[in-house]
Amino acid sequence: MSWWPVLLLGGGAYLCKVVGLVVIGGRPLPTRVQSCLALIPAAMLSALIVANTVTLGQQLVIDARLPGVLAAALAAWRRWPFPVVVAIGAGVTALVRLAAP
Amino acid sequence: MTDVPRGKAVVTASLALGVAVGLIGISFGVLAVANDLSLAQTCVMSVFVFTGASQFAFVGVIATGGSAAAAVGSGLLLAARNGVYGLALAPVLQGPLGRRLLAAQFVIDESTAMATAQPDQPAQARAFWWSGLSIFVLWNAGTVIGALAGRALSDPAALGLDAAFPAGFVVLIGPHLRNRAGRQAAVLAALVVLVTTPFLRPGVPILVAALAILVGLRTPAPEPSQEPGPPVEAGEPGDRGEQQA
Repeated sequence: MSWWPVLLLGGGAYLCKVVGLVVIGGRPLPTRVQSCLALIPAAMLSALIVANTVTLGQQLVIDARLPGVLAAALAAWRRWPFPVVVAIGAGVTALVRLAAP
Repeated sequence: MTDVPRGKAVVTASLALGVAVGLIGISFGVLAVANDLSLAQTCVMSVFVFTGASQFAFVGVIATGGSAAAAVGSGLLLAARNGVYGLALAPVLQGPLGRRLLAAQFVIDESTAMATAQPDQPAQARAFWWSGLSIFVLWNAGTVIGALAGRALSDPAALGLDAAFPAGFVVLIGPHLRNRAGRQAAVLAALVVLVTTPFLRPGVPILVAALAILVGLRTPAPEPSQEPGPPVEAGEPGDRGEQQA
């Protein structure tokens, strides 16, 4: 991994914070813009979940990741702690790979 | 957690929040070094990006075979949320420009939530700094520990670490599915990824899926759960997990 993506993300993330806090300051954005911005995490995290669970390169695949993520979703829904949920996701996937390589 | 701590409880809560976030920092460190980031790059990222969902997204896109550009794009889209929090915190964090520029780095979900729950400006500023600094220190400590431990792993796939990303994202998305618009955006984004994956380069479908935020145009005003000032829950910095702090 080269350094430029790391530094670009660092600079860009800081810029987002500064623009809100220091540049725009107390002036509120239009309501519709705020509504859309508030949906970024829901959209992006959902996309990341699907991409990291059932895709590999440009292919849709169902493999050991899917049962792992479903188990993790159950644990998350039960409000288990973050590290535990992650360990369940990885652990179930690892077990399925062991059982059905 | 529904009760946001006030007064002296703010310090205790900030430290507890920091410890919980530090554990998530360990997960980040392990996953980052398992996906082609060096120890130094992993640590630099936690110091300078310091918004966990963006960091996990970046590494998650790399893990699916996406390009570095797509990884940066996903990370930045998630980082844009902190700009909205900055708007809400601007009246709280007055003072010299230098101090405000420093404060900006600590504008994340948890510090925003802790600050906006306080009754007056001095208490808000205090809660912001305590939670922001506590999380900053422990998130970075966790990252170092995780990255060092992760370097010792020989076969990440055998341990199911590729499934650790979506598992973590499942926790993070929880609070964002509590309102109708959030659920619609999530479903739409998932469909976009499924439909476009065969036709686009890896990582790009995730960026295209960001168009799902346009369902917000139909929402006249933000619902209470969408206001800048999320519930205080321990997640990695920049987003929310579900565990008690």
